[in-house]
Amino acid sequence: MASFTAAAKFLAPVAAARSGGDSRAPPPPFPSASLRPRRKPAPSRLRTVLAVSSDVLSGNKSAPAAAAHSAVTREEALELYEDMVLGRIFEDMCAQMYYRGKMFGFVHLYNGQEAVSTGFIKQLNQADCVVSTYRDHVHALSKGVPARSVMAELFGKATGCCRGQGGSMHMFSAPHNLLGGFAFIGEGIPVATGAAFAAKYRHEVLKESGPDGLDVTLAFFGDGTCNNGQFFECLNMAQLWKLPIVFVVENNLWAIGMSHLRATSDPEIYKKGPAFGMPGVHVDGMDVLKVREVAKEAIERARRGEGPTLVECETYRFRGHSLADPDELRKPDEKSHYAARDPITALKKYIIEQNLATESELKSIEKKIDDVVEEAVEFADASPLPPRSQLLENVFSDPKGFGIGPDGKYRCEDPLFTQGTAQV
Amino acid sequence: MATAASAASSLQYAPHGVGAASTKKPRSVVPAATARGRRGSVRARGGMAARAAANAEAEAESKSGGHEVLLFEALREGLMEEMKEDPTVCVFGEDVGHYGGSYKVTKGLAEMFGDLRVLDTPIAENSFTGMGVGAAMKGLRPVVEGMNMGFLLLAYNQISNNCGMLHYTSGGQYKIPIVIRGPGGVGRQLGAEHSQRLESYFQSIPGLQMVACSTPYNAKGLMKAAIRSENPVVLFEHVLLYNLKEKIPDEEYICCLEEAEMVRPGEHVTILTYSRMRYHVMQAAKTLVNKGYDPEVIDIRSLKPFDLHTIGNSIKKTHRVLIVEECMRTGGIGASLRSAIIDNFWDYLDAPIMCLSSQDVPTPYAATLEDATVVQPAQIVAAVEQICQ
Repeated sequence: MASFTAAAKFLAPVAAARSGGDSRAPPPPFPSASLRPRRKPAPSRLRTVLAVSSDVLSGNKSAPAAAAHSAVTREEALELYEDMVLGRIFEDMCAQMYYRGKMFGFVHLYNGQEAVSTGFIKQLNQADCVVSTYRDHVHALSKGVPARSVMAELFGKATGCCRGQGGSMHMFSAPHNLLGGFAFIGEGIPVATGAAFAAKYRHEVLKESGPDGLDVTLAFFGDGTCNNGQFFECLNMAQLWKLPIVFVVENNLWAIGMSHLRATSDPEIYKKGPAFGMPGVHVDGMDVLKVREVAKEAIERARRGEGPTLVECETYRFRGHSLADPDELRKPDEKSHYAARDPITALKKYIIEQNLATESELKSIEKKIDDVVEEAVEFADASPLPPRSQLLENVFSDPKGFGIGPDGKYRCEDPLFTQGTAQV
Repeated sequence: MATAASAASSLQYAPHGVGAASTKKPRSVVPAATARGRRGSVRARGGMAARAAANAEAEAESKSGGHEVLLFEALREGLMEEMKEDPTVCVFGEDVGHYGGSYKVTKGLAEMFGDLRVLDTPIAENSFTGMGVGAAMKGLRPVVEGMNMGFLLLAYNQISNNCGMLHYTSGGQYKIPIVIRGPGGVGRQLGAEHSQRLESYFQSIPGLQMVACSTPYNAKGLMKAAIRSENPVVLFEHVLLYNLKEKIPDEEYICCLEEAEMVRPGEHVTILTYSRMRYHVMQAAKTLVNKGYDPEVIDIRSLKPFDLHTIGNSIKKTHRVLIVEECMRTGGIGASLRSAIIDNFWDYLDAPIMCLSSQDVPTPYAATLEDATVVQPAQIVAAVEQICQ
């Protein structure tokens, strides 16, 4: 566990809970928190209610430590770079396609957060599971779902990874163990807990053991979710049964227009891990190498059966909450602060400075990804829309669930069943 | 017509004690010979001929012995048999393990199968139901118990979005073979929140199947069928029916999830009911028979989807329908059943469909008021007399 401290701020369970962690002052109270009877305030002492002042901006956790991670090989560095560039270019293409009327509804883009997805998911095996939220395109890509499947799904075509039935917020891929894609925040966390439970069950009850250890599940979710009941309930159960799961908080400070500090009594999410008996780690989510370091340790812990970890990644989304969000509440200086910490630029700089690759090699990776994403768009454009008959096909895994019709036969036995209606 | 209703169920409704052994002949059941076949192939086949053959075989078998069980024991037997046969079947719920289940349905199972297969969960319905979904996606077959069905309101997020819809939104990639079960319905002065009927709340969720058991025989059969089903199934049990006693076959059997059960054949009126109201209907049927009526009583059992074949055949014979249910009038199972009947069998009706439901009130604690919220046998008798005018 010592390696956590190298890259990130780390709280061990119990010890830190008692000692109170660090000695930073708590955030300033709201003016109305005082319980004294109100008198007419003297004008000079009137405090204006501050819009959010992000204590993260005050420099406590954000300063990237120099070389606070183990060495990375050229192959690994290029893999990380390529994955992050894929995420960025894909999401930029999504925005373009949306404004051209190729995709509709709610589309939530991941620009700026690539380091978290790449840093974590590239440490997983194929058998490990990922559970995400509505901001799931890049998690899908990092887990290995082909860009053309994701793009076709976004276009609502029958060749999409979910046959066009899920859409942007419901990316699933059984071959890649991507368990969704959930539209309500928090509802994926119990599903991830269940997948981790199944891994433990397979090992202990069914006596199936993998060569490495337990299959690990990663649950990704945001700062807003950390005030939701399902988050706390699952932290409890995961630690209780020592499930092989890592809870990854992508704290981008904003839940649509709700600042994390306005919504949360104690905004330091990583501290909530030790409250349940698991380690809580805070890491700079704009630095893929640091994220990778923490991810390795947390995933290995889970694989060995030592239980869950709560990892809070400080990150930022460069675009609005969704493509419909005017994004008027976030201040320009906050945005420029994080734009300067673009994870892709940072990794590029690192690779070149460490002589792991040349600039032209990196440019050729970018060109290759451009082609991949272009091809994905062409594939999605050319793909057919789902036919009417697809409407009733996947409602039930066993279509007998549509029941017995007036003629005595199961409705699904009627050859024209899928052209009919779904009354039960 | 004054034929005695001896061929029908003589299962006595006895809220606290035991009932008489039943001589009921099960209408549709898969004979043991096919029940031992390949896993997953045990289903009653649609089609009248197949069902008639199955009935004949079952009649012969049920005369050959059997053992008496209480309803909760029947549920446990079904669950235990499935857990023995398939190691991926597991149970999640509050107090299901060491405590044995608050209605003893899981008594002894934790000792038999271990603490991981019979998992005592913390009090977090939404999350442990979601855990069941995640586990089902990764190949397990969880049986999630709500200590009282009403508690599953907390799990509505997971039941609606994930149990019901996830197979669809994943484009068919993941199946959710989960069983969600628990006792619901109006009990004996349990108060409003412990007396809820969630079948009316869940019925709109697409992708969910719902069944309600009412006898030890169909409780065991439906439990087994629900566990074997690849669909998410909600199995509604009733707090007041757990101590019903009946003789059930020694041989393995399952009941078809989508079929209704003919309780008492008749000619004058079709009475459609389920769960506890079946017993109020049968009590009213005794009075009706003495008055010279011949009601046909069908326990619909499958709340979603409806068995329109059995129901339709009955309507084509009697031309009059009375629905007796325990859920509230507004948006209840009866409301949906009524519109399904109108859509499909309008031409066969000689009278408007009557529906007796519970009042749209929270169930009061006081005994007299509680009795007034649910349908009583006297109301059923009056309704039949009105329909048959």
